[in-house]
Amino acid sequence: MIRRTPLALSVLLALGLTGTAQAAGTLNFANWSDYYPPELLKKFEADTGIKATLDAYDSNETLLAKLKAGGGNYDVIVPSDSFIQIMVQEDLLQKFDKSQLPNLKNLAPTFQSLDFDPGHDYTVPYLWGTTGYSYDAKAVPGGVVEESWKAFFEPPAELKGKVVALNSADDLYPPAARYLGIDVCTENPQDAKKIQELLLKQKDMLAMYNSDGTIERMAAGEVAMHQQWNGAFHRAKEQRDSLVYVYPKEGISAFIDNFAIPKGASNVKEAHVFINWMMQPENIAAASNFAKYNNAIAGAEQFMDKALFEDPAINTPKDKLDRLRPFQLCSPKALKLRSTVWTKLKK
Amino acid sequence: MSTPRQLAARRQLLRRLGLITPSMLVLAVFLVAPLAIMLLVSFLQPGDYGGVKWGQYSAEAYINFLYERDLDDSLVFNTDYLGIFQRSLGLAVMTTLGCLLIGFPTALYLALQSEKKRNLLLFLVTVPFWTNLLVRVYAWILLLRNGGLIDSGLGLIGLGDGALGILYSDAAVMIGLLYTFLPFMVLPIYTSLEKLDWRLVEAAFDLGANRFQALKRIILPLALPGMLAGTTLVFIPALGNYIIPELLGGGKALMIGNLVQLQFGSAHNWPLGSALAFALFSLVLLALLFNGLRQRRSTEVRI
Repeated sequence: MIRRTPLALSVLLALGLTGTAQAAGTLNFANWSDYYPPELLKKFEADTGIKATLDAYDSNETLLAKLKAGGGNYDVIVPSDSFIQIMVQEDLLQKFDKSQLPNLKNLAPTFQSLDFDPGHDYTVPYLWGTTGYSYDAKAVPGGVVEESWKAFFEPPAELKGKVVALNSADDLYPPAARYLGIDVCTENPQDAKKIQELLLKQKDMLAMYNSDGTIERMAAGEVAMHQQWNGAFHRAKEQRDSLVYVYPKEGISAFIDNFAIPKGASNVKEAHVFINWMMQPENIAAASNFAKYNNAIAGAEQFMDKALFEDPAINTPKDKLDRLRPFQLCSPKALKLRSTVWTKLKK
Repeated sequence: MSTPRQLAARRQLLRRLGLITPSMLVLAVFLVAPLAIMLLVSFLQPGDYGGVKWGQYSAEAYINFLYERDLDDSLVFNTDYLGIFQRSLGLAVMTTLGCLLIGFPTALYLALQSEKKRNLLLFLVTVPFWTNLLVRVYAWILLLRNGGLIDSGLGLIGLGDGALGILYSDAAVMIGLLYTFLPFMVLPIYTSLEKLDWRLVEAAFDLGANRFQALKRIILPLALPGMLAGTTLVFIPALGNYIIPELLGGGKALMIGNLVQLQFGSAHNWPLGSALAFALFSLVLLALLFNGLRQRRSTEVRI
């Protein structure tokens, strides 16, 4: 699951910034590559006097492996919602001292309680997005597509070979289940079979499964429809105005990346200062503007780029908020069915 | 009483042992130990979300390779993984054959040049190794994509219509594999052709052989050790290759490498991943064994 462009330049920049040692302590921050603006870290250093370094990783699996091996020595990390419960179960995260996080009050109502960490004991949201699909209005028959997964999973014959799905079971299986009205965490093999049939039928219509280069493919008009993350869609639309992002009525996966403090962090106090500082609207807005994903802080909108905030793909319209489905950690049995379907799909 | 000769022999033996020890240690630490860990993991129970349950042994991973559990928990023969192995095997064989077809004439051409030109050409063959493979594969993406260099080049001479459609297909994977492994075929064949005694070829011509007969009866048999070495060097890495199908392929069909990666990633089944890696390993061993037997036979013939 790599949805960030693979540029680790930010690391180099951040290392360049940390020449001045200060008495107020240090902070080792690790984030997805190209997902945090280096200038913002400079501002943090100026505001607090804490010397910060930024390290990058490319997947949740990499982060988990680093933490399990006891390596990294990070003070703040940014795991995705899908890994929070696993990390808590494995005793890899430490509880917040909420008295040091007064800015928790800034969280927008939708994000005040999240299933994977109801009381924000371990995590606070960094940025969030959705995994829907987009289409080119100029390339689909009739110029418009119903707000449903139907057009994506059962595309009209004209679109054969012009549809792309993301290349990951965790991105493709849940929407297929939702389209069929099946629980995404189903443990019933018969349900899994129905999902498999849908995906096999869809496979004939697909150009490919690919999670890389989604922006370029849609921006260049190579394909007509693409399962896509909303931030990637926003960047593609900047280059091709006829693109439309769909919030399917059957439900759309929302993902949240979160700040957390790993067990064994050496600068716990500074980590709290940093997380609290990031919950100030102007700071988190700078991160949104950089990464093109929305944030969870009320009042940040006034600091966000107008084009970003006014894109309905980024700032979900109020009447579609109920279509968002938060991440659900499935049982090992359900996940096994999922990977069996995936293998059968690609055998 | 040991005679001085026996003492000398013993000293010689000790010296040899001392010289061998470092390489044996390297093999033990970097080859035998990881394989042992892999073998152990393949016989453990998978953890719920990745990892393994230490101390809980099971042969389930190996059973899963050939059978799947039906709804009533009975075992049913399952060809999914075998199919993936077959596809990878086919692709590796095609890559090897392709490399042989392109590599042999290239090596022959190299061997027939003057020494100065030959050194320059050899140097050019090795130039791609200066750059990381990943960078070179990304370069192929830029070359093959729609609107990329090849596509727009074809468009300029009026052949392309802006939709080449090669990238993200099996053809792209094949191109990537051929490109990556070609030097591994050219260099060993060149080495055996370089040592070739050209007087033998001249003798063949003198005895009335035409060019084709000289090639078939003299050059090819003498180049065989190089071709076998090249075949091994190409076939084995092509069989388990992960990055090229991942980046250039359309993701519609898994290869062994991608299947193994899947088990350690989102499928959360490390034991199955290890078992699959072992199955791949045994295929490689078979290939090596075959090659070893061939080589022994060819030396026997010569004696």
